[in-house]
Amino acid sequence: MAAINRDDVAHLARLAHIEMSAEELDRMAGELAVIVESVKSVSEAAGDDVPATSHPIPLTNVFREDVVGHTFTAEQSLSGAPDAYEGRFKVPAILDED
Amino acid sequence: MTENNELIRLSAAVLAEKLAAREITAVEVTQAYLDRIAAVEGKVHAFLHVNADEALAVAAEVDAIRAAGGAAAEELHVLAGVPIAVKDLIVTIGQPTTAGSKILEGWHSPYDATVVERLRAAKMPILGKTNLDEFAMGSSTEHSAFGPTHNPWDLDRIPGGSGGGSAAAVAAFEAPLALGTDTGGSIRQPGAVTGTVGVKPTYGGVSRYGAIAMASSLDQIGPVSRTVLDSALLHQVIGGHDPRDSTSLPDPLEDLVAAARTGNVRGMKIGIIKELHGEGYQAGVENRFNESLELLKGAGAEIVEVSCPNFKYALGAYYLIMPSEASSNLAKFDGVRYGLRVLPEEGPLTIERVMGSTRAAGFGDEVKRRIILGTYALSAGYYDAYYGSAQKVRTLIQRDFEAAFAKADVLISPTAPTTAFKLGEKLNDPLAMYLNDVATIPANMAGVPGLSLPGGLADEDGLPVGIQLLAPARQDARLYRVGAVLESLLEAQWGGPLLDKAPSLTDSSLTDSASAVAATDSTADAALSHGGSH
Repeated sequence: MAAINRDDVAHLARLAHIEMSAEELDRMAGELAVIVESVKSVSEAAGDDVPATSHPIPLTNVFREDVVGHTFTAEQSLSGAPDAYEGRFKVPAILDED
Repeated sequence: MTENNELIRLSAAVLAEKLAAREITAVEVTQAYLDRIAAVEGKVHAFLHVNADEALAVAAEVDAIRAAGGAAAEELHVLAGVPIAVKDLIVTIGQPTTAGSKILEGWHSPYDATVVERLRAAKMPILGKTNLDEFAMGSSTEHSAFGPTHNPWDLDRIPGGSGGGSAAAVAAFEAPLALGTDTGGSIRQPGAVTGTVGVKPTYGGVSRYGAIAMASSLDQIGPVSRTVLDSALLHQVIGGHDPRDSTSLPDPLEDLVAAARTGNVRGMKIGIIKELHGEGYQAGVENRFNESLELLKGAGAEIVEVSCPNFKYALGAYYLIMPSEASSNLAKFDGVRYGLRVLPEEGPLTIERVMGSTRAAGFGDEVKRRIILGTYALSAGYYDAYYGSAQKVRTLIQRDFEAAFAKADVLISPTAPTTAFKLGEKLNDPLAMYLNDVATIPANMAGVPGLSLPGGLADEDGLPVGIQLLAPARQDARLYRVGAVLESLLEAQWGGPLLDKAPSLTDSSLTDSASAVAATDSTADAALSHGGSH
């Protein structure tokens, strides 16, 4: 597996929507390289014949009755929003004007 | 004050008996705990919010029902009037929920977690919300955005994490009971380093509805207490099926309290996990562990050795699965629907850039590390090598447990490789911090239940050592059966509970370190003096 470098971290930070300063990118790249190195052995632990487990105690077909349950009022739903307008979440522009 | 000191040292089970017999009132008990919180919080900082008014109102309601007698008094839950603290990862109406993060500072949930609804139905006064590593990511509470919690045994040391606040609150007699959450050891490891009891139930045994998710396939809410019986009592309140959590097990809850009360290990096979002791474990931890084995043997248990060869991959696999799930769960903190919004200092105000600034300002270093690591493990080209391989390791760990439980009824190990380390000691070495969870992580990976109880004090530093018991999935009762026996054998040896040996925290000899702590920590004081949000 490839090592993780500063450019990788910058790219991942963009994907994860976390702005990072140059200093932060340097530090994070160093720390993550050590962590990634230490988890390397995981890829060699299991052969192709071992199935993956995504859930420790799998349950299947978990449904509820098709009836209206508890719902929040618009006020409750918006109560924690940093910005709201006329009963709706107010979102910054999706597209840049340039 | 003497009388109150006696009240706060009683177990939840004894409090419940005295309340039912009307020897004491719920208001007296709740006030005694609030007084204790006011007296020691400046040193311990276990709470992010203290909920005095509501707690006293619930206590008064219980007292009124008991005084009136009749059917309503008969129907009161056994723990009615016994106060409890709640980890601040679990949402509550009427109190802020921060998850220990600036991104949620001051946020109030519009709904209660299922476990909180159950506490309210049992009429247990909620004393407040306890400190934690941000979004439960850490083993020391040092990653809390609101300052660390201090270990009541030595205020310069970590109380464990992420649930250090809940464990310290119980250890410092600021609460008889608390709720925690355990993703890789966040209930058990703080229990070990603070000399308290903590249980991670079988995955799905307690509803996760209303627990802010870190890693959904690993997270589990569970009890924190000073005795094994008290954890069983609390487990019984919060456990059982919840249709609002689709991973909640439909099985009826076993009688865990009866298991704790009738503990017996005669003829039981108890397995030592070869890979979870010895090299890398502190000598004092190893000594106390061996003593516990002797005691269990003396009580009629058969000690067998089991091997779980794939546990050596557990830590690595955990640090791929957990960040992967966390990076996805934390994507919802986007500065739109709740919590913080920070605008970029320059340039156009687009949602992308607002999210980038908000998450940069709102998340701490450890959260950012895990989000980046998770994003990496899930990204195209690396998914099979990382996340896919880690999921296969999960299967291997489950198989190891299966083989081990074919030879033993319960497994036993030290809970953590060391006693509490100094605050700051491992803060700049993420990998060293991660190693604290090496013995607790396998249970989360496989979904099996685990309990940590105090095993004594290490010779070299006089600090608490934790003993971990593990049982097969859905066999939580076994933990209480064995845990109660070991606890009573150990306490007979010590001449009382281990916490009797902890510093009182109100001695004048502690004034110096107390003022040093108070100077660096205004959060607790602010929370107390305003009686409201910090």
